[in-house]
Amino acid sequence: MNLNTCLYAFNGVVKREFWRFIQQRSRFLSALVRPLLWLVVFAAGFRAALGVAIIPPYQTYITYETYIAPGLCCMILLFNGMQSSLSMVYDREMGSMKVLLMSPVPRSWLLVSKLLAIALISILQVYAFLGLAWLAGVEPPLWGLVTVLPALVLVALLLGAIGLFLSARIRQLENFAGVMNFVIFPMFFLSSALYPLWKMRESSEWLYWVCQYNPFTHAVELVRFALYQQLNLPALAITLGCTVLFTLLAILSFNPERTVRAAPARG
Amino acid sequence: MNEQPAIEVRHLSHRYGARLALDRVSLTLQRGGFNALLGPNGAGKSTLFALLTRLYRIQQGDILFEGVPVDEAPRHYLGHLGVVFQQSTLDLDLTVQQNLEYHGALHGLSSRQIRARAACELEWLGLAERRHDRVRALNGGHRRRVEIARALLHQPSVLLLDEASAGLDIASRQTINRAVRSLCNERGLTVLWATHLLEEVAPDDPLIILHRGRVCARGSGAAICREQGIDSVTELFERLTGAPAA
Repeated sequence: MNLNTCLYAFNGVVKREFWRFIQQRSRFLSALVRPLLWLVVFAAGFRAALGVAIIPPYQTYITYETYIAPGLCCMILLFNGMQSSLSMVYDREMGSMKVLLMSPVPRSWLLVSKLLAIALISILQVYAFLGLAWLAGVEPPLWGLVTVLPALVLVALLLGAIGLFLSARIRQLENFAGVMNFVIFPMFFLSSALYPLWKMRESSEWLYWVCQYNPFTHAVELVRFALYQQLNLPALAITLGCTVLFTLLAILSFNPERTVRAAPARG
Repeated sequence: MNEQPAIEVRHLSHRYGARLALDRVSLTLQRGGFNALLGPNGAGKSTLFALLTRLYRIQQGDILFEGVPVDEAPRHYLGHLGVVFQQSTLDLDLTVQQNLEYHGALHGLSSRQIRARAACELEWLGLAERRHDRVRALNGGHRRRVEIARALLHQPSVLLLDEASAGLDIASRQTINRAVRSLCNERGLTVLWATHLLEEVAPDDPLIILHRGRVCARGSGAAICREQGIDSVTELFERLTGAPAA
């Protein structure tokens, strides 16, 4: 299999994701509205209740909106990653997954291509959100918008890989509600996205440890530090390790036979 | 001239748990021929397709492409295979052209190659005017033609069609059947046409009748009928399978 073939296949997978994304404008809008609601409505209500002390990477007192902005960026990546599992299940049920499987290109490469395509689309949405957040008064350093890019790529890959891994476990489209309740919400709320972990520790020691073991916490911290031009090495190591682990799990658990059984034939 | 069959299936068996779906199936597809695979619903045709297309792993037996077991060179084999599945595999939200571009890219074609090949196949199938339409806007017959255009895009040497005419009206069925037959004559393509509709099979077609996971007849329809002392393929089918001919 030569390099050109793999690149053309990668190009095809990315283009298809973009075509689908462009056609699903409501998906783009909801991806922006969701974190904006948190930023504008939720943060306004909780600003007074949740005072944030000076904690790294911030060097001064910050508004609550500023604190939750990186978490909301990761929220976009989280929802997109899980959406990818939904689209894989949809492709499987509709039969279009077979087109992917009939390709002579190695399946592991096709899955990695899919992962990168999901990441690219997610990151576009994050930057659109950061633009709107800027208008709402969240103003990270301009260079931070550049230094955060590698962190966003890594986190998008991690969450996309978790999504692809889950898609191998989800038998039907209807089961996606379970993903919302058992994956997205716990990952998001049991992390440092909305409140610093020392605050969580004040309330509950065991919840604090649950948050510590949640890879999403470290993904949020990686993005938070990168947005302020700093590198959080432990967060980077954990996020990178989890990305490799879940990418391997996604590739290993990908079972083409399920693709055929999802749409039983009669003949 | 290479007389080796395009595809040879040897003693292929497949189980779903305790249920035996295919039982020591053997068949050959001669190069450049229109081969008909007949069988009532539940005969095992789709299982055989899933194995031929490598969507299922081979549990027992062998599939050879040009004399080489497909497990030894799976990518080479898939690169030579064009497939139309029983259930549509088109992305309804994309246009005809986008569906073809996606498929072409997955087969390692450049954008320029895809555009040229897509124009050629869509023209041949009378769909050139519809290439920017979303697939959702096409009727069943046109969607099937798009699937055939897509299956031919990478210029395969073998075309597998699983109930490609299912659910279509008679005129569309005949159009598609004629188009696929012409591929054998004009391009030398090897075709496996799986169906349960006897009207789609000509008396001289190489025929494989599958029933309850077993090959119960193989050879030219006319020759098998002569051997069995039967007048028509319809009668032959009914006698061998016990199922009413459709």
